[in-house]
Amino acid sequence: MAVSARLVATRRLANVVFVIFCGLVTAVALTALGLILYSLISQGIGGLNLETFTKSTPAAGTPGGLINAIVGSIMMAAVGMVISLVIGILAGTWLAEYAGDSPLGEVVRFLNDVLLSAPSILIGLFVYEILVFPFKTFSGFAGGVALAMLAAPVITRTTEDVLKLQPIALRESGVALGSPVWHVIRTILWRGAASGILTGALLAFARITGETAPLLFTALNNQFFSWDMTHPMASLPVVIYQDALTPYPDLNRLAWAGALLIAISVLTVTVVARAFAKEPKR
Amino acid sequence: MSTDLNAARRRSTPRGFAFEPIFEALCFSAAIALLIALGGVLVSLAIGGWPAFAKFGLNFITGVTWDPNPEHEVYGAAGPIVGTLITSTLALAISLPIAGGVAFFLVELCPPFLRRPIGTAVELLAGIPSIVYGMWGLFVFAPFFATHVEMPLMAAAPAGSIWETVFSGIPNGSGILAASIILAIMILPFMAATLRELLATVPVQVRESAYGLGATTAEVVMKVTLPYIRRGAIGAVMLGLGRALGETMAVTFIIGNSHGFPKGLFDSGSTIASTIANEFNEASGLQSASLIALGLVLFVITFIVLALARLLLRNQAKA
Repeated sequence: MAVSARLVATRRLANVVFVIFCGLVTAVALTALGLILYSLISQGIGGLNLETFTKSTPAAGTPGGLINAIVGSIMMAAVGMVISLVIGILAGTWLAEYAGDSPLGEVVRFLNDVLLSAPSILIGLFVYEILVFPFKTFSGFAGGVALAMLAAPVITRTTEDVLKLQPIALRESGVALGSPVWHVIRTILWRGAASGILTGALLAFARITGETAPLLFTALNNQFFSWDMTHPMASLPVVIYQDALTPYPDLNRLAWAGALLIAISVLTVTVVARAFAKEPKR
Repeated sequence: MSTDLNAARRRSTPRGFAFEPIFEALCFSAAIALLIALGGVLVSLAIGGWPAFAKFGLNFITGVTWDPNPEHEVYGAAGPIVGTLITSTLALAISLPIAGGVAFFLVELCPPFLRRPIGTAVELLAGIPSIVYGMWGLFVFAPFFATHVEMPLMAAAPAGSIWETVFSGIPNGSGILAASIILAIMILPFMAATLRELLATVPVQVRESAYGLGATTAEVVMKVTLPYIRRGAIGAVMLGLGRALGETMAVTFIIGNSHGFPKGLFDSGSTIASTIANEFNEASGLQSASLIALGLVLFVITFIVLALARLLLRNQAKA
């Protein structure tokens, strides 16, 4: 009797310790992440003004903004998204509709998952070797290709997943009406899966807007405003990286402003993507 | 008769039928493009890094001197390799109990009205770019860490004891331990979100029958739900490890970037990714090759970790 009472007491105690531990670490984790958001906002707001959006990156001590970096980021992300959407949707369609359980399909699926979380700096090195070194110049286009290699696996994965959610009956009724399979895929399956594919695309976009490492050796940086994608191009993450490591307070302030801009855009895109994902399936 | 059949055949052939094989080929080549991309990374790293392997052989992995001085160029990558392994392991050791605690809290303990906001916050934070974590580490965390953790610990360590060695270094806030902590904070939301998703797949009946037998919350988690998601959980942990291994920006800001073998937790060091990020644009010739060879080492390490993670997660999904 005494033994079992002691056992119950020990188990209760262990449970209390466990519950307190879980609550405590959650509080610690949320505090740490809250602190990061707090410094991001408090430091970033100070650097945001009209000049941020109208002027190019300055030398230390002179006024300037981030417009060249913002435009560069958007252009490279656009190139990256166009390439990765084409490759990702087609590859995802192949995996879902044509590959089945074939060994090659399994290999592609597996290696796509590996590519999905491969270190982004290695992607940067690879694109440097194939697009920067041979052409002897850093370029915005190379940056876009590097970003595409990061986004394509995400889109492939989501496309495959949402296509597999489409009922078999949809495919059968399309084919029974006499449509070729590709026509069924294009007009019925892709349409049904559109909101899911869009979610995947937005998440991929959110991922590549914050990437720094693959751009360091591909797009490099550019002090001036430029539309020319065959030459070095500024991007927000790279400008943040370089300005943050200088000893000049005004450049550091600009880096915080840039970080705030990136965080806001990433969070907005993620929230929109989640809203699309929640939309009830027709 | 035969003309009728031909007419019927023409009619029965759907419009656009000719495009069928082309479309399939398009889809197929996109999938192959992904394979080529990954294969291309491996091949280009191997070719680009070959001069370094050819010159230094095994010493490239085991050597501790990384000296780009053109008079006597020597590249031994043991410092960055060990730095990568130590920071990632420490980050995982710090992050795992916390991520587990957060996931258990959200699934088992959290009052329902807090569950959604906290869960959403954790998932959103998993998407914050790593450069933000790096900047915060450099400007906010490092000064705090230097004055409130490093200096007191170094002062308190008894002279001549093991602690003096462990806590050696320059107390400027950047170094191996600081980088590990920033990495831990960075992978925390990702691991917590993945673990929570996995815990949510445990059937309600399994948990309820455990509670019905009189198990406490701790026992339900430790003896029922955690074993249930065991494989997937290990996979999630290894994915987190893969992120930490390959992370560049969060580490480069705060590890101190010195090439030597780190001597203590507060000593500055480097990781493979931070070394590449710092030096590649100024490098040429043998140094450039050595950096690419470093990239190959990182590729091999992360490939093994990621492959294991994916295999484990996949089996969990099938089970």
